[in-house]
Amino acid sequence: MNALTALMLRDMRLAVRVGGGALMGALFFLIMVVMVPFAIGPDLKLLAQIGPAILWLGALLASLLALDRLFATDYEDGSLDLLMMGSTPLELAVAAKAVAHWLTTCLPLVIITPLLGLMLNVEMNATGALMLTLLAGTPALTFIGLIGAALAVTLRRGGLLLAVLVLPLTVPVLIFGVAAANAAITGAAPFGPPFTILCALSLMSLVLGPIAAAAALRHGLE
Amino acid sequence: MQLTADNLTCVRGGRTVFSGLSFRLAGGEALLVTGRNGAGKSSLLRLIAGLVHKSAGRLALEGGEAEAPIAEQAHYLGHSDAMKAALSVAENLQFWTSFLGADDAEIGPALEAVDLVPLATLPAGYLSAGQRRRLSIARLIAAPRPIWLLDEPTSALDAASQTRLAKLMRQHLSGGGMIVAATHGAIGLDTARELTMGPE
Repeated sequence: MNALTALMLRDMRLAVRVGGGALMGALFFLIMVVMVPFAIGPDLKLLAQIGPAILWLGALLASLLALDRLFATDYEDGSLDLLMMGSTPLELAVAAKAVAHWLTTCLPLVIITPLLGLMLNVEMNATGALMLTLLAGTPALTFIGLIGAALAVTLRRGGLLLAVLVLPLTVPVLIFGVAAANAAITGAAPFGPPFTILCALSLMSLVLGPIAAAAALRHGLE
Repeated sequence: MQLTADNLTCVRGGRTVFSGLSFRLAGGEALLVTGRNGAGKSSLLRLIAGLVHKSAGRLALEGGEAEAPIAEQAHYLGHSDAMKAALSVAENLQFWTSFLGADDAEIGPALEAVDLVPLATLPAGYLSAGQRRRLSIARLIAAPRPIWLLDEPTSALDAASQTRLAKLMRQHLSGGGMIVAATHGAIGLDTARELTMGPE
């Protein structure tokens, strides 16, 4: 088996087994979105208006939830040393871990979005577009978060630092994600421009994230 | 094949761990690194493994794969096992064999060499410290690499396992491999040279 496939499969297996974080993100997302109508009250118009923003915020926080363990567990049990000694470039290994993380924590979020859209009174025909924005935007969240996870790897309470480091960097993703989703729902503005920028942000972080994370890991392990 | 270290200096956290360290190791030879706690034994192994930068000096491997750095031709057996508690013994070993680019067919014989075949399907979290150590030793057998860097390899191992490890190490040496082991006691290699680190 190819080294990168093996690494991805291992991480996905770990995520769905006992103590893994695969469903935690989706459950957090679910709870958070379900709580919102209780806090806001039964104003359907208002709910529909803020629906995309709530869904995007939920996805953002949920995707950060398990991210701090991405390298920390490998660091603690010595796996990270061996990953660095492999003949696979660290950048690719790190990217493979991020892909596994996205598949196990972010993809479930995208899949349960229609159900949650229903609770926030998002129109059925706009749900598809909303899912599409999350599908295109969440890779950016994972790969930007990757840098934070690599920087915080040696810290015992890295989770909080990770959030502080990563959240400001995700602001553009949030802005264009919500803009694209709102455009799809209200039809007041064209869907294309914000969505293409969202895709561009994802592609950019797909390239920059692993390089920066690998550099941070190399530096941090001194 | 020859591993040459010339005037190696290692600085970690602003403190000079060791300096001016030189040794020469040919294929089939073993080097026992001894010295008091904190003398830099583990740092030396991590430096050879490429996990710590050398501050000065030269470290070279002649006769190996010229393109690959030393780290990719060495196995590092550190204090932690690099095994996941949620994966079974066989799954753990299979991952490392695949990641290190070795053949899956090696997994069976490697587990046999460390006597872990009956536990192959058990999650690694249920293993004792000695069994976990044996599982990480299996990794060295499954994915052949010429240099073994062993940090206290006999810790947590019982007498029978220590004998088995000594046999595996002798096999590795007779196949032209090299061993650098940091240790406080004898590990069953009579032919090994000794490198004492730190002030006497």
